[in-house]
Amino acid sequence: MVRLFGPLVGLFFAVALLWSFGNGAYTAITEPAPVTAEHEFHLHPKELDLASNGAFGRFDKQQLQRGFQVYKEVCATCHSLKQIAFRDLKAIGYSDAEVKAIAKQWATKATTFNPVTGDRGERDNIASDRIPTVYYAGQGVPPDLSLMTKARHDGGAYVYSLLTGYQEQPAELLKKFPDSKTPDGLHYNPYFANLNLAMPAPITTDGQVTYSDGTKASVDQMSKDVSAFLVWTAEPKLDKRKQTGWAVLGFLLMATVLAYLAKKNVWADKH
Amino acid sequence: MADEASIDTSVTTGEGVRRRDFINIAAVSFAGVGGAAVILPLVSQMAPSADVLAESSTEIDISAITPGQAIKAVFRKQPVFIRNLTPAEISAAEKVDVSSLRDPQTLEERTKEGKTNWLITMGVCTHLGCVPLGAGEGEVKGEFGGYFCPCHGSSYDTAARIRKGPAPKNLEVPTYEFSSDTVVKIG
Amino acid sequence: MSFPWANEYKPGNGLTQWLDEKLPLPRFVYNAVGAGYPVPRNLNYMWNFGVLAGFCLVLQIVTGVVLAMHYAANAGVAFDSVEHIMRDVNWGWMLRYAHANGASAFFVVVYLHIFRGFFYSSYKAPREMIWLLGVVIFLLMMATAFMGYVLPWGQMSFWGAKVITGLFGAIPLIGVPIQEWLLGGFAPDNAALNRFFSLHFLLPFVIAGVIILHIWALHIPGSSNPTGVEVKTKSDTVPFHPYYTAKDGFGLGVFLLIYCAVLFFGPNALGHPDNYIPANPLSTPAHIVPEWYFWPFYAILRAFTSDFFFIPAKLMGVLAMFSAILVWFFLPWLDTSPVRSGHYRPLFRKFFYLLVIDILVLGYCGGAPAAEPFVMISQLASMYYFLHFLVILPLVSSIEKPEPLPFSITEAVLGKDESAVLNANPAAA
Repeated sequence: MVRLFGPLVGLFFAVALLWSFGNGAYTAITEPAPVTAEHEFHLHPKELDLASNGAFGRFDKQQLQRGFQVYKEVCATCHSLKQIAFRDLKAIGYSDAEVKAIAKQWATKATTFNPVTGDRGERDNIASDRIPTVYYAGQGVPPDLSLMTKARHDGGAYVYSLLTGYQEQPAELLKKFPDSKTPDGLHYNPYFANLNLAMPAPITTDGQVTYSDGTKASVDQMSKDVSAFLVWTAEPKLDKRKQTGWAVLGFLLMATVLAYLAKKNVWADKH
Repeated sequence: MADEASIDTSVTTGEGVRRRDFINIAAVSFAGVGGAAVILPLVSQMAPSADVLAESSTEIDISAITPGQAIKAVFRKQPVFIRNLTPAEISAAEKVDVSSLRDPQTLEERTKEGKTNWLITMGVCTHLGCVPLGAGEGEVKGEFGGYFCPCHGSSYDTAARIRKGPAPKNLEVPTYEFSSDTVVKIG
Repeated sequence: MSFPWANEYKPGNGLTQWLDEKLPLPRFVYNAVGAGYPVPRNLNYMWNFGVLAGFCLVLQIVTGVVLAMHYAANAGVAFDSVEHIMRDVNWGWMLRYAHANGASAFFVVVYLHIFRGFFYSSYKAPREMIWLLGVVIFLLMMATAFMGYVLPWGQMSFWGAKVITGLFGAIPLIGVPIQEWLLGGFAPDNAALNRFFSLHFLLPFVIAGVIILHIWALHIPGSSNPTGVEVKTKSDTVPFHPYYTAKDGFGLGVFLLIYCAVLFFGPNALGHPDNYIPANPLSTPAHIVPEWYFWPFYAILRAFTSDFFFIPAKLMGVLAMFSAILVWFFLPWLDTSPVRSGHYRPLFRKFFYLLVIDILVLGYCGGAPAAEPFVMISQLASMYYFLHFLVILPLVSSIEKPEPLPFSITEAVLGKDESAVLNANPAAA
């Protein structure tokens, strides 16, 4: 039975696939898939050399603090960072008192709700609070940035490329795809998946942020720093993970060598 | 198995046995150590997480509590009683002979210097963890004028010391400090 | 059953003696994976993957139970509860990465285990039942892995749930009601998430149960071996312990090295970035793909792009995808060659390697965007897939002339077997 019906079923699927293949091939020849502007002009992220890159890389806390400052003074107007609590900032080198001060002075206040009166109000943030959600009424939907660098391929490099990638739409593009002119209110950026995004270039002038550690706040430096910071927000346990990883691999390597020798011992008389 | 051991005679000669046994024992020991090390994260994941620990201190505004009043606040997801004692309650507490108590402590030992009227204790009966009555408006304060636990009838006095009933200890005083005259930070 | 020369369990002291009389668990273990189980002496490293698969199941259950202590199966908080595990729970990041990559490791190991079975025809009599149970385990694993991937409630979780349950919508008439029944709604939401969590917790224990049957069935004929020649005498076997416990121990070490390298240094390499975006029912990711271990089957699903007579393309795809696995159930009866091992089957061997390449190609196409040339390539590759199992295998079994087999396992290992000489010339004895 199996040998009778088996080949029949096999041929059934094969013929159906051949039919799909033939139709597909015919369509591919008669109506080749149109080439799109995204396909031709989208760029892969630039290289970004961060201290945390690689198996031995560690976060540069000074840079993370600078990146946090850029987030606070530039990005936080529109973008939330809701997976991060103020207390988490201790991990990038702030003291308890500094964290408390940062929380207290944060522009967006924590919301309160009085269950007796039903009143909603505001209070200063405290260290154990998450960074409050930002509500944005303008055009576009600014995504939460906590996990941004894990939610995009080449996360850190992507953020850096996007921040530094704003430019005029190339004339070549408009010549080839006249319909693809960047719509009003959007901004051309070849590192963005469909080339046009609602966010205008956020970091535009040198010295937009004044770094307390004396680093020169060039556009490139600020973009790098905030990318580094967002790599940290997405994976705050990165350093610990790699550290643990080396210890575990070292132990396993020794254990495996011993297991190999033991296996050879046991099998010595059987080959 | 007997004939297998006899095939390789080097196994039975002194030096070979020891070296080979050592490697096998070392390999098994490594496996054991590795297995034991895995227990560590599996156990510690159940301990309080970072967000729980972060909420282990609470700041409370006490400006609205008039003498004779008390409030219930929350500290580490448990009730904490903050009571503004009247002079009568203070003197009642000070009059008690400390040596006669089950858990001997004076009111001074249970409050901050100069702020003897502020009695801050956990609202957790030291018997089995019920919440005693006496902090809320109109609640029974028990025969010693402090707190009364309805579960098994423990009575606490105006310094929240155990006076009667099954509880072994006075109501616990958490670590706290006055951040200002009107704000107390617990934890 | 076991071979008559199997070592017998002898309790070493009073306690084990007492236990042996009341509950002979040590004896059971001794006979199952101890010195009481004689195993062919010539097993190669491809035979390590059964034990490794068992290890992976334990790993997944242990890390999974622990994660369930912190996870919240509610569409409003599921995503954040996973981030809570990653950020705040002690060692939570490690446990979650261990679980997510453990699923991949489990599939790597099980795929190698299955391909070992393909090459050495481990499915042939008298081991059909072991094979059938193995396919059941694989199906359960796929269901478990799919539901587990929904739990973090990221974009891929949500859209994966929507697309996969949508497959049932392809069934004529009852399809849509079935889909709504599966989801407990019109789209994935709390009801679906909660039941997926419940089943994701339950199914691994069902898998464990079927694994026990799988091993039980294995112990009746005993393990197969690379020559495919059945065990004849005691010299063909060695006791499982210490020989294969030692070998599996080394195999486990190598496995853990690779697994931990991924876990600690590239834990997101096998996942999709979109799953770090919270589920959004109003916006579909540009390119929905399942986890890598489903790619070959996903490619088969997508290969059907045209209606075939009165059968809609979508239904054909669903039928083909399920048939792609169901066909494995019939393997013992499709491949009728009396020779088991691919080592002695020259023609079969060529088609086997072609199948490996074919499935790798299908996998690549399944992970690629649904565009040309990937669709056309996956159509050709799917065609070969079905022809291989249903047409080529039966044909090869009947026309192929196998190479000569060794007389016994002992001869294959040592180059000579004294019992062969005895049998060939009894007078010489």
